[in-house]
Amino acid sequence: MQSEVTKFLEKNKQSILTQWMTNLAEDHILREELMSNEKSRQQSEELLLAVLKVIASDNFKNTESQEHESVSDIISEVSIYRARQGFTPRETATYVLSLKQTLAEVLDKKFAGDARLLYESARELNQLLDSLSITTFETFIKGREEVIMRQTDEISEISTPVIQVWEGVVALPIIGTLDSMRTQTVMESLLQEIVATGSSIAILDISGVPAVDSLVAQHLIKTVSATRLMGAECIISGIRPEIAQTIVHLGIDLSNIKTKTTLASALKLAFQMLNLEVRKGERK
Amino acid sequence: MDRIPILKMGSFLLVTIQVDLYDRLALNLETDLIRMVSETNTRGVLIDISAVGLVDSFMGRILNNIATISRIVDAQTVVVGMQPAVAITLVELGLTLAGVHTALNVEKGMELLHKRLGSDAGGGGQLYDNSE
Repeated sequence: MQSEVTKFLEKNKQSILTQWMTNLAEDHILREELMSNEKSRQQSEELLLAVLKVIASDNFKNTESQEHESVSDIISEVSIYRARQGFTPRETATYVLSLKQTLAEVLDKKFAGDARLLYESARELNQLLDSLSITTFETFIKGREEVIMRQTDEISEISTPVIQVWEGVVALPIIGTLDSMRTQTVMESLLQEIVATGSSIAILDISGVPAVDSLVAQHLIKTVSATRLMGAECIISGIRPEIAQTIVHLGIDLSNIKTKTTLASALKLAFQMLNLEVRKGERK
Repeated sequence: MDRIPILKMGSFLLVTIQVDLYDRLALNLETDLIRMVSETNTRGVLIDISAVGLVDSFMGRILNNIATISRIVDAQTVVVGMQPAVAITLVELGLTLAGVHTALNVEKGMELLHKRLGSDAGGGGQLYDNSE
């Protein structure tokens, strides 16, 4: 880029920053509730300085250069930060594009007389900022995906707690839809808990499962079979009337699996199988 | 040739598999075990597979075979100590070992055999069968 232009930009960076912040405020994308003004200003200044450094550098055309790398790092950081704070994609994209707008305006004012120079600089600036906005999109989406992945992991972890309800009896309340992935997790944690506690009875409570289709039933039967192979008995509890109806209508055979309507009755059955008795104590 | 030792423990036969079973070994085990069952007139067989971390469909079939043949010669088979990973694999392979009794560990397996066979466990020469 022409040294004339770079020098001008370098000299006026403070006013460019102010102008940019004003533009952002006009577009209503500062979103003070998500991010403080000082923080936005600080981030923007960092980004602007990095951009100016790229423009001023000799290897402006070489996208592999160190200056280019540092500006992409900064823009990635900014995008991921914004994604996590809950900015919309539009706001994040506009943020970067409005820098382009600002720079164009500033150059326009200064070099209005020299069309050739103005065109050249605008073209180069466009090129740089377009590639930056692509980076923004990429990292913004990546940031969002990370959030989603983390939540998925958390959900699958918190949704398979195996509880020991009595000595030798473990219960696993299943909440939410059962798919192959979850069945795997459920089965693994149940079997591991059976080994760890030496329990001989496992109760699978499905009152939190919204619907049972043939696939889910298949998964349940698998879990029961695996439990049986380990040497423990499995009782399925919490079968709601609608679910019982669906199971019969689908022609799924659960006849060799012990089923109960409530966790309480399953526990009662477990006590029976363990030869335990619950009695009301006499008050002394 | 490698063989898996079959121990007579009281009135039952105890087999502890300490190595990963390859096909030849499993076939030998099947033959040996059935012979032992009929020779000693045992009514209960306990197979401990707690050290087995790897199974295939063949191994599943052998276990099933042992159980079925044992039943024909009037003995009950209990497989004990199956690892969670092994159980999941067998289920995924579609082998639920329907004829095999299972227990968590040897102790519980013994208990189960005693319960199922009653006081006549292992003793030959009863006039009637009261195992069930």
